[in-house]
Amino acid sequence: MTDFIFGHYVYWSIIALLIIGLYGMIFKNNLAKKLIGMTIFQVSIIMFYVASAVKWSATVPVLDPVTGVVDAAKYISPLQHCLMLTAIVVGVATSGVAFSLAIVIYRHYKTLDESVLMERMKSS
Amino acid sequence: MLHNSPALVPLLLLSTAISIPVLAIKKAKVAYPLAMAASLLSVVISCYNVFRVWGNGPLTYHFGGWFPPIGIEYVLDPLSSFIAVVVNVVAFFVLWHSSGIQGREIPGKSVPYYALTLLFLCGANGIIVTGDLFNLYVFLEIFSLSMYGLIGIGEKQAPVAAFRYLIMGTIGASFYLLGLGFLYIVTGSLNMADVRNILPLVYGNPAVAAALSFMVIGMGIKMAIFPLHGWLPDAYTYAPSTSSALIAPIGTKVAAYVIIRVLFFVFGVKFVSQSLPITDLIAWLAAIGILYGSVLAMAQKELKRMLAYSSIAQIGYIGLGIGLANPLGYIGAVLHILNHAFMKGTLFLVAANLRKRFGHSDISRFDASYRKKLPWSMAAFTLAALSMIGLPPTAGFFSKWYLALGAIDKGNWVFLAVILISSLLNAVYFFRILEKVYLAPPPAPAAGENLSPDGEKRKGSLIGEEEYSLMMPVVILSFSLLLIGLWNANIVKEVIQRIIPLGM
Repeated sequence: MTDFIFGHYVYWSIIALLIIGLYGMIFKNNLAKKLIGMTIFQVSIIMFYVASAVKWSATVPVLDPVTGVVDAAKYISPLQHCLMLTAIVVGVATSGVAFSLAIVIYRHYKTLDESVLMERMKSS
Repeated sequence: MLHNSPALVPLLLLSTAISIPVLAIKKAKVAYPLAMAASLLSVVISCYNVFRVWGNGPLTYHFGGWFPPIGIEYVLDPLSSFIAVVVNVVAFFVLWHSSGIQGREIPGKSVPYYALTLLFLCGANGIIVTGDLFNLYVFLEIFSLSMYGLIGIGEKQAPVAAFRYLIMGTIGASFYLLGLGFLYIVTGSLNMADVRNILPLVYGNPAVAAALSFMVIGMGIKMAIFPLHGWLPDAYTYAPSTSSALIAPIGTKVAAYVIIRVLFFVFGVKFVSQSLPITDLIAWLAAIGILYGSVLAMAQKELKRMLAYSSIAQIGYIGLGIGLANPLGYIGAVLHILNHAFMKGTLFLVAANLRKRFGHSDISRFDASYRKKLPWSMAAFTLAALSMIGLPPTAGFFSKWYLALGAIDKGNWVFLAVILISSLLNAVYFFRILEKVYLAPPPAPAAGENLSPDGEKRKGSLIGEEEYSLMMPVVILSFSLLLIGLWNANIVKEVIQRIIPLGM
């Protein structure tokens, strides 16, 4: 049991981050805070991938003449990191679009608070 | 050239999307012809691909010469080539129509509009054609980000709707990515065909079930399946008409395609329908969504919002067909992807025409003069509405017919009842409009109208409507509903029966 808790502490912290991010996206009233939640959420998934690539007593995936080609187990799988580079880029693009939308919303309604926003949308 | 054809359409659209802002920097007018040319070429190439796939079997393209499962593979099999044609054809008609409408709805924004549209189509085509699960995620984000932009350039409320959709859509895409992470940890591969071969060895692993659940929930948000549809009504209503005519037929269908692909072609029919009750869950949620969408559509006073709620119901039909997980239901679902793309395209384009001509699309203000002022648009609307209700010989009847047969085949009478009841509800909310436009006596001509008798022709109004570019796409799309309906036996026999997944 203790092994289940402490042995997977990386995954528990990732789950905690995931839930914090989801909570921020869904329950926070301020649009900027929603975006903070969104970033935390995306980062937790990036960490999940990277954590899955962890391998003890292995080296970077660059061909080492000492280790040789034959023993693939001695190298860390680089694929997760490559995938997450793409995912980080996607995340940055998403944040960019989200912030520009938030700026447009602020220009129109002079608020980022969702409940105030709802009232102003109805009254206009 | 020819062996590259799977990759050709996404790359063509991507390069045009990037070059439009550069080439149109001095003259904004070149954006439209460039976009039209790219769209027309993609229609031609995807039609050509369909015939090649039928003749010679699936086409593949390996990026950078790396063979799968290491490299990224593009696969055109009968299913993906069929969906690609549907998407590209509908997009072509919407783009054609946009030339007359975007000047009014999004003045001065034609360059970003066309660039985003092509980016959106590039994402859609990429999702359809890719054989790599992570590549699918990247295209999904290209597709979604341009969709947020297309929604956000609309009315004053549009950025709020786009923002809400962005939050929901990011949750959806991230869930897909999370599920993919589980799948990758278990199978060690990202190539769809490779994962399909490895998965039977690890079906017992709970991570596979987690992967499937996350991926289906994520794509369910994008597809707006009940109860994950919250973003849809506002987004469709406040987006510019020309964007909603593009997003409504294509956006949710592509997500439905991903669900079909992931469920039946990656995880396998047996696993998703027997080991986990996930298809049953989808079917029941879809059935609730059908009724919910239809009932709420009846309550709407604004045409675009009504069509948005009706979209939730129609997506429910596709979900129901997927959830039945038997050949007849599957035929119904794929046929409904085709039919709904054409029907919703027509209806949203007519809504755009109404907004352009009368400045509103408020159902309570519709009157009998519309049938005189917009005779062709209203005729197209009627045809599409009849197809939505499901009157033979329009296309909508046949997809519902196959869905009903699938429900009977499964022995589930509740689903059959849902299909029948929702057809009645469809009839209620469409006949409400048709009654106002066609059955009411023509209104007494107002004082101003007496001065311009009906015989007087405005510029280019030979057939009653002002602009060909606004009328022709609508008429052709709605007329093709009849053709699809009449030829549905051929479509099912020649096309859809070939794409029934193994083991169904």
